[in-house]
Amino acid sequence: MNIAVEMDDVREGELLNVSEAGPAPKRIIAGFGFWIFLLSDIVMFSALFAGYAVLAKATAGGPTAAQLFDLRNVAMETAFLLLSSYSCGLMSLAINSRRVLGVFVGAVVTFLLGAAFLNLEIREFQGMIAVGAAPQRSAFLSAFFTLVGCHGLHVAVGLAWLVLMMVQLSFRGFQGVVVRRLHCFSLFWHALDIIWVLIFTIVYLMGVLP
Amino acid sequence: MNLLGKLTLDAVPLHEPIIVGTVASVGAVILAVLAWVTVKGYVPYLWREWLTSVDHKRIGVMYLVLALLMLVRGFADGIMMRSQQAIAAGAAQGYLPPEHFDQIFSAHGVIMIFFVAMPLVIGLMNFAVPLQLGVRDVAFPTMNSISFWLTASGVLLTNLSLAVGEFAKTGWFAYPPLSELQFSPGVGVDYYLWSLQISGIGTLLSGVNFVTTILKVRAPGMSYMRMPVFCWTALASNLLIVAAFPVLTALFAMLLLDRYLGFHFFTVDAGGNAMMYVNLFWIWGHPEVYILVLPAFGVFSEVAATFSGKSLFGYRSMVLATMAICVLSYTVWLHHFFTMGASASVNAFFGITSMIIGVPTGVKVFNWLFTMYGGRVRFTVPVLWLIGFMVSFVFGGLTGVLLALPPVDWQVHNTVFLVAHFHHVIIPGVLFGCMAGYNYWFPKAFGFKLDERWGKAVFWCWFIGFHLAFMPLYVTGLMGMPRRLQHYDVLSWQPWLLVAEAGALIILTGIICQVVQIVVSIRRREQLRDTTGDPWNGRTLEWATASPPPAWNFAVLPRADKLDAFWAKKQRVLAKEDLPARPHKYEPIEVPKNSPTGFVTAFFAVITGFALIWHIWWMAGVGMLGAIVTLLAFMFRVEDEVEISAEQVSQFDRVHPVEVSL
Repeated sequence: MNIAVEMDDVREGELLNVSEAGPAPKRIIAGFGFWIFLLSDIVMFSALFAGYAVLAKATAGGPTAAQLFDLRNVAMETAFLLLSSYSCGLMSLAINSRRVLGVFVGAVVTFLLGAAFLNLEIREFQGMIAVGAAPQRSAFLSAFFTLVGCHGLHVAVGLAWLVLMMVQLSFRGFQGVVVRRLHCFSLFWHALDIIWVLIFTIVYLMGVLP
Repeated sequence: MNLLGKLTLDAVPLHEPIIVGTVASVGAVILAVLAWVTVKGYVPYLWREWLTSVDHKRIGVMYLVLALLMLVRGFADGIMMRSQQAIAAGAAQGYLPPEHFDQIFSAHGVIMIFFVAMPLVIGLMNFAVPLQLGVRDVAFPTMNSISFWLTASGVLLTNLSLAVGEFAKTGWFAYPPLSELQFSPGVGVDYYLWSLQISGIGTLLSGVNFVTTILKVRAPGMSYMRMPVFCWTALASNLLIVAAFPVLTALFAMLLLDRYLGFHFFTVDAGGNAMMYVNLFWIWGHPEVYILVLPAFGVFSEVAATFSGKSLFGYRSMVLATMAICVLSYTVWLHHFFTMGASASVNAFFGITSMIIGVPTGVKVFNWLFTMYGGRVRFTVPVLWLIGFMVSFVFGGLTGVLLALPPVDWQVHNTVFLVAHFHHVIIPGVLFGCMAGYNYWFPKAFGFKLDERWGKAVFWCWFIGFHLAFMPLYVTGLMGMPRRLQHYDVLSWQPWLLVAEAGALIILTGIICQVVQIVVSIRRREQLRDTTGDPWNGRTLEWATASPPPAWNFAVLPRADKLDAFWAKKQRVLAKEDLPARPHKYEPIEVPKNSPTGFVTAFFAVITGFALIWHIWWMAGVGMLGAIVTLLAFMFRVEDEVEISAEQVSQFDRVHPVEVSL
């Protein structure tokens, strides 16, 4: 989406034959590099997923996934996170048309939805620990808390990053470097959605299957 | 609450004379160097030109310095093990107690893989890739500096374990359940985990940086099929870094959670699964082998073409073979533990894939041979390393094909036969390759060649010493000698291990020759001076600029309209179709500004790592906060680049004429 809008500033020569053009412009380098980083992050999650898949049944006589998961709570978490991706998309559009107010509104909505997601997740974790389903209880719970918690940690980092970007935006306006970082932020935020969809499916939905 | 966590004075191993002696002498040398640097007033220069530099060439050189220093440390561990095994037979107990011997073989593996081989190949890539691509720097110069300094942090922490506390006694892969808190309650495994987590982040960032550089930052006209083979192998290697290192990060995070918070990923109770560690470790570990060896193959390709005066035979097949290895390296991990108990069909699958991956490597060997065939080969030091590599690596590879047969593997599993095999591929493959690259690119980095005679002495010592040291291990391995023995009762092994010890001593001579080579070369630098920028009659773009290159590499980005772009240009100049011309008009150039971010972040990373190892929670908090504030300060920095004026650029070009020499 962002790429399509920004096509306007790409010189025609670059589109025709990339290898003739020499080094790519900075915003392409930054975005591309961040994509590569995100891929590595996804590989890290894939290792955590693999760990979870191996240990999902290793409950050591403790509570099982079906006993612990509350799909209503998870559905709300999913809704908050997917909606926050939508508002993040709107924020990107506002960035591309350089509307400061739109960006701030988009950022605030994204932040609130992300925080609501995080709040639900923390309460879910607290509830589980309260009934004796702490990560120390069994290998299954270790893997669950690590995988889902790692995603939650990413969301928390994303929220902090968003706040920082708003500070930068208010001090420096739409400078090239600020726009590039906002672009990377939105890539990051959408990638977290992809991970969440997998968590939702593999951990929660498959966890409560009879 | 204890302000110093688990750290007490007992952590300093004062009762071990070997360690005390080592620490005291290393400490004295470090203090002497620091004092000398300070007295001579070099500190501002070092800070300005090296420690805060974001120039890929400087960072590459620093990686190599780090790697060569660690090579000495890793080799010291190696020769200590060889000496112990040479004497500790039967009634003799040798000079190393078991708990010290265990730390030595663990540290040897960790240091050689992570802090010698990795910095060697990453250093060479840093130095050569942007120059070969004909550009001014990597995609993210400051991140490059952060990568280097995080690697250095890992090195510092690992070496600190010698003086404060202990290192892991688990072998270099720290398999659970032995590495779990229950069986390794000391700080050794924590040193291992935190050092590798911190340096692993650095490596991952390097990978991201180089993939982006090679795919997005190339000289005009440099299409994929015009890239030098070294750039291709660097691309493959960095793709593997991006896809493999996160697995290691996740894996070590799991083990850390087990050890620090009582999780049950790999414990023997509560459903933990130790074999999952082994699987995940080698899903990283086997690609890692190719992360190391592919860039070395790239160096050999450059060396073979340059010193044969021919273009590389089968460039396309070389590229294809490289990328095939890149993909196949993910399909063989299980051959590291055929004895796990997987079904025969699983073992057969991985046995077959392990043999298949030898095919593209074989293609490469033929390509190098055919490149040299019919060429006017100049037997310089890099070519000696190339030939030595081809001769030994083929045999090392063949023992690998033997080990790829599950029934054979069951027989020699965990014996020194395996130790002989992987040293037989890693030393001729990675180390010889990096030595070739070091001799090949040294004149580009410093403006003078390395002394040839001492260089040849280094080669012959390593070549002969290596074979003497490791061939006997095949024999004792077949006789059933397990690896990692601090003491043994089978006296018939001892003669072979004495031969191995002799080999290690010859390698030691080689390392001494290497030090002499540098000293002699620096003293004779005026005779060895390279004034042309092209000392070897090279083919690729790194030779199209002065030696050493200016911070901006090229006054005007060169155009690559062919493979071997610089060679093609020289041919045109000779045929009077082109001028070795300077640009008519110089333009100002923006270069990235120096930044202390990497150094300061790494400083705080060391503090954090040390605090976490010793459970000093407040200090860990301070360290992390410091690192975050440093990165924030970088984020809010306004000025990223400094301008080099056109006058400065043209002035440099006038003083450093690059001539086309043939």
